[in-house]
Amino acid sequence: MQSPIEEANQAALGQMYNADPVLVDVAPASEVMPQLGDGMLLHAGPPVQWPDMCSPMRGAVVGALRYQGWAGTEEEAVGLASSGSVSLHSAHGFSAVGPMTGIFSPSMPVFVVENRTLGNRAYCTINEGLGKVMRFGANDESVIERLGWMEKTLAPTLREAVRRAGGIDLRPLMAQALAMGDEMHQRNVAATSLFFRAIAPHLVRGSSQQASLSEVTDFLVGNDQFFLNLAMAAGKSAMDAAASIKGSTLVTAMSRNGTNFGIKVGALGERWFTAPSLMPDGLYFPGFTSGDANPDMGDSAILETLGLGAFAMASSPAVVGFVGAGTYRDAVNYTREMGEITMGNHPHLTIPNLDQQGVPSGIDLRKVVETGIAPAINTGIAHKDAGVGQVGAGIARAPLECFYQALEALVNHLDGQ
Amino acid sequence: MPEKGNLLGASPAIINVGLEVFADDLQELGFQVVQVDWRPPAGGDSRLTDLLGRLEKSGKSNSGEPS
Repeated sequence: MQSPIEEANQAALGQMYNADPVLVDVAPASEVMPQLGDGMLLHAGPPVQWPDMCSPMRGAVVGALRYQGWAGTEEEAVGLASSGSVSLHSAHGFSAVGPMTGIFSPSMPVFVVENRTLGNRAYCTINEGLGKVMRFGANDESVIERLGWMEKTLAPTLREAVRRAGGIDLRPLMAQALAMGDEMHQRNVAATSLFFRAIAPHLVRGSSQQASLSEVTDFLVGNDQFFLNLAMAAGKSAMDAAASIKGSTLVTAMSRNGTNFGIKVGALGERWFTAPSLMPDGLYFPGFTSGDANPDMGDSAILETLGLGAFAMASSPAVVGFVGAGTYRDAVNYTREMGEITMGNHPHLTIPNLDQQGVPSGIDLRKVVETGIAPAINTGIAHKDAGVGQVGAGIARAPLECFYQALEALVNHLDGQ
Repeated sequence: MPEKGNLLGASPAIINVGLEVFADDLQELGFQVVQVDWRPPAGGDSRLTDLLGRLEKSGKSNSGEPS
């Protein structure tokens, strides 16, 4: 007979593995997340307020305040944020995830992903592309202008196409992308291509936005990481489904705000367990070194929480060099090592190079503490100063201290019952 | 594989559990060694192993649902 914890773990894994994420809409955040009101912004990672925010996240907050029109200048925006007049919240609490700084404001368009198995929805912003972008803390005129174009042109065009398609199933697309060499955190070129193939017919057929089609298609094909945000929303929809099962030792969220790393555990609900974010170990673009890097940041670790990214590194020989993982053999070892701390293998997300074995999926709090193996995360590396942007890519580890705290809290919680 | 009773007369087959440095030394001396990657639970931290033990006991009798 299984213990209550084992029963809860199996039920949580079932929700996670059976999640069926479908992109059903592209909409202004305030329309689909009505709790996100005026004077509110969401950010990546566990809760953090302005005084403790790292420079890139502050830069993104300043940019979002200007984009919303709540501040006219950078000085006004800094004044608003530092006075506490802007309400800052962790996106995770709104069923939302955002890469790097992960800032959401009410006018920003978001992907709406519905888990058709349970009916829950998750949200992610649209990937802005490379260069000067808000997710890395940039906030100059070019950033605000691009966000305006995304709101006024890109999002309505995508919305019409997604609705015309009757939604776009993400799970089969993600499974195929794994087989084509993506791990869907630092490599999304296959997934992005597959997504474009799925949406292109609906973009061109009868679109009321014909004039903007060339701009939209240029934007989609010009960004290999476009799918990252869709994979994140899919991951969030699966992990929220798993979190709906109470009493498990499943890690239901891992995320970083650039200052602290946080985890959530099924049996402990919405409570965050945090420790300082670690520095990624990686490769830097020409002209940059590890001295330029900001500590690990972003909600994109939802992908590793699901079993993608570093957990699926064996599926992606091409990403090994980009993140400085060493050789392909090392990549396989990352996947095998993550198998030591997970409850199972995802039945729908499989790795052809490992005889179609599923990605190691479902981090067990107990196994992390017992083995001392910290979850690995493939990540972009942001410059520590706002506005410079991405300076490299690498692998970060989750701080074990979060898991120790969660274990202690769980034991105390059970003892108190 | 050395015959029983002839351990000192033949080259031993060695399984090394834990610290890899012992296996490395033996390999350098020409012995065949199988390395087993083993670490004490929770790195040997008694506070953490105690918590894991308590969780196992509690988990058998408690649903663990948040109050």
